[in-house]
Amino acid sequence: MSRERKYAMIIDTRRCVGCSACVFACKTENQVPEGFCRDWVVSITKGSFPNLSLVNRSERCQHCEDAPCVSNCPTEASHYQGDGTVQIDRDLCTGCKACMAACPYDARYIHPDGFADKCSFCSHRIKAGLATTACTQVCPTSALKLVDLNSNDGQAEALLRGREVKIDKPHAGTKPKLLWLL
Amino acid sequence: MSQFFDRREFIKIGSGFLASSALVSAFPYLPFSDEAQAMVADKIVPSLCELCFWRCGIDGHVKDGKLFKISGHADHPLSNGKLCPRGTGGHGLLYDPNRLRTPLIRETHQGVQRFREASWDEAITLIAKRFDQIRDNGDLDKVAYFSHGFGASFFKRLFKAYGINLASAPSYAQCRGARDEAFTLTFGHAVGSPEGLDIANSKYLVLIGSHLGENMHNTAVQDFSNAVSAGCKVIAVDPRFSVAASKAERWLPIKPGTDLALLRSWIHVLLAEELYNRKFVQENCLGLEELRAGVADATPEATYAITGIDPETILAVARDMGRFGSSALVHPGRHVAWYGDDTQRERAIAILNALLGNYRQPGGLINQTQMYGVPNPYHFASSTRASTPFQSRFPLASEAPSNEVVDQTLAGNIKSWFIYGTNLVQTLGDQESTKKALGMLDFVVAIDVLPMEITGYADVVLPEVTYLERYDDLDDRVYRRPYVAIRQPVVAPLSHLDAKPGHEIAALLAEKWGLAGLFPPIEEYLDNRLRAAGTSLKVLKDKGVLVKEDPTLFRQPGEPLHFDTPSGKIELSSARLKSLGFDSTPQYQRQPENPAGYFRLIYGRVPMHTFGRTSNNRFLGELMPENELWINRITALDLGLKDNESVFLINQEGKKSISKIRLKLTERIRPDVVYMAHGFGQNDPRLEFAYRRGASANEMITHLSVDPIMGGTGFKNNFVTFSR
Repeated sequence: MSRERKYAMIIDTRRCVGCSACVFACKTENQVPEGFCRDWVVSITKGSFPNLSLVNRSERCQHCEDAPCVSNCPTEASHYQGDGTVQIDRDLCTGCKACMAACPYDARYIHPDGFADKCSFCSHRIKAGLATTACTQVCPTSALKLVDLNSNDGQAEALLRGREVKIDKPHAGTKPKLLWLL
Repeated sequence: MSQFFDRREFIKIGSGFLASSALVSAFPYLPFSDEAQAMVADKIVPSLCELCFWRCGIDGHVKDGKLFKISGHADHPLSNGKLCPRGTGGHGLLYDPNRLRTPLIRETHQGVQRFREASWDEAITLIAKRFDQIRDNGDLDKVAYFSHGFGASFFKRLFKAYGINLASAPSYAQCRGARDEAFTLTFGHAVGSPEGLDIANSKYLVLIGSHLGENMHNTAVQDFSNAVSAGCKVIAVDPRFSVAASKAERWLPIKPGTDLALLRSWIHVLLAEELYNRKFVQENCLGLEELRAGVADATPEATYAITGIDPETILAVARDMGRFGSSALVHPGRHVAWYGDDTQRERAIAILNALLGNYRQPGGLINQTQMYGVPNPYHFASSTRASTPFQSRFPLASEAPSNEVVDQTLAGNIKSWFIYGTNLVQTLGDQESTKKALGMLDFVVAIDVLPMEITGYADVVLPEVTYLERYDDLDDRVYRRPYVAIRQPVVAPLSHLDAKPGHEIAALLAEKWGLAGLFPPIEEYLDNRLRAAGTSLKVLKDKGVLVKEDPTLFRQPGEPLHFDTPSGKIELSSARLKSLGFDSTPQYQRQPENPAGYFRLIYGRVPMHTFGRTSNNRFLGELMPENELWINRITALDLGLKDNESVFLINQEGKKSISKIRLKLTERIRPDVVYMAHGFGQNDPRLEFAYRRGASANEMITHLSVDPIMGGTGFKNNFVTFSR
């Protein structure tokens, strides 16, 4: 048995241009129905003309270490997969939306077929031995990287070195695993 | 902690899309089953994208004959395994429910003109006969062929053999033509496409209106992002705080129309403070003293009054340019048809790069000359009865400006148009002239995938299959890593449509015209070409692309340079321009000011769309269903305008937009301009998704500021106000 993995995503906002290739690549990879998405891009403008800043950022499920969706799921459909990701067992999901109410990141939607759905970090790709998710693979600016925080390959360390790192809503106490580099 | 937006920002777009999608859901375009598991391809087919002219390598992921996903091809040097959102959603075109289904022929029924469906044989016979009549009357020089896109090559060959000489593409006079002429005048060669720019290694990158990142040419944006990540300092000159500006060391919110004044001032400072690369200029450039005299008036102080950019900033940027020298790059842009001074503005950019000495240096201009090397064993003869070549009235127009073909049509000198893949009505500006010209023509043929507005003006419409269902010729353009790549059918042509690939359409016409042999069966043709290059169709179909390296890209130390200009040197001052009565060094002329109560209309691109080409693509429409009009927030509030309010536009000539556009109140734009993405506000109801969604920038561009040097149509001297 190999060591336990702990997947996270590092998102370099200096590289991101907000093009949304990640959004559509995910939709086709994961057959996300029309009108919904598992990842999305936000643009944050601050300041006033002409002293402005703008940050573009690709967002998705945070795969929290302490995930309110898991603790609030009455059927154990939402669960930790043991590789740092949070997954949904569709057969167990009743579509009750408790997870959606609990998620501080608004990362889920109810699939037209009746179950909660969200980013899986392309679990099927990870299981097939691929090193990328659909979004990290397509990203023209290489702004998105899937990393294994338990790995000693140095990849995460190299990306984070010397950079200011932000996580979303640390006060929620969820230990999210999307790391934004400013 | 940043103030985070929540995801409603996107959902709003998504649900807005949903509200109108009941209409389209009735069509069988959704390629997916309702199985909501990740799908595994049973076949991955490499090919080439056609959502824009960058032409990236793609992988089509197919299951049970349906294309469900497109990703970037790993080995193709223009994609490197990555892809922009447009390419990723390309199958939205393949499965577009509004695709042209059969050939159409215009007929008059009970006094009303309409299209009737026709067989291919009837349509091709009709076209062949009409052109034979034109030929028999000796009128082949009264025919114009317009094209855009990679599939155009077969028809170019066909018309050359038949004797039609006038080929015109809006990508010249409406887009990059002035840039190409300016760089040819200065360096002896054009910038090329993909551009010969070493952005990835640049240490100091000056963007004049170029909004890389929003203008989503895959490799150019990859390079840009790599450069930014490596610490490249970016200077963004733009009336709008673009995404590129957000990554810049300095944003210069210039007064629109004054870019040339700013460029001249930078030249002035580089020369006055002796910051240019003296050794390079001495060895390789001509006309330094004439240039010095030509920009003598362009002091930073005088330029401040014109551009609104303060003298300290102008000086600081010029000094930084000088400091970074050959690793600094002033980006030539791509769509440069702005104000009619475009060749001279691009000349100023070319001159700045020459002064920095960045030619064939890392981070500078590069000259891409190497092709992969695919000989063409076929020798296609030109017609012996070739018509007289088109004589442009613009002295340095190396291609026929499409707007001039319109003028010639209005003058009665051109009688027939054959149009491949370009929606001329929404492309050329001054729509009334284009429509009037279309009304005067004896015969119009349009080939397209979708019922774009232009097809509504045709006598015969021929439906082409999409780039995902066909072969085209080999792509072996010059590039820094020379390659040969193949476009091949990713899926079989959709069986419920009676559409054909371009090469087959051209072959059908060739046969009628007695030009059999001009188009061998496409697979045989491609295989023979590839065998002459030491490979085969089978290899290319499997690999998608073959790539070489170009060891000659960068200048070796001491390597002498020769430039293909009249003098053999880089021409800082142009004797050619002077002899034609133009300024030999770039001079600035004032552009028209906003009429009171009007805003200058500027426009640009978004990563999810390629002008009107993709506006009916439901997949990309989910990412961006319509455009919006950016207006300075304070200005708008002063006028009582509200965010998200929809308004009609009225331009300086009283032209009112056919559809409304939503206002986006933002700090990210100067108070005197408004901005929109172009390509929306399509006006053909057969484009059920795009029809009147957002507004058309092109429709508001009634005034063309024509470049007297090469005929380009400056689009940005148009002004709009609003009406509820």
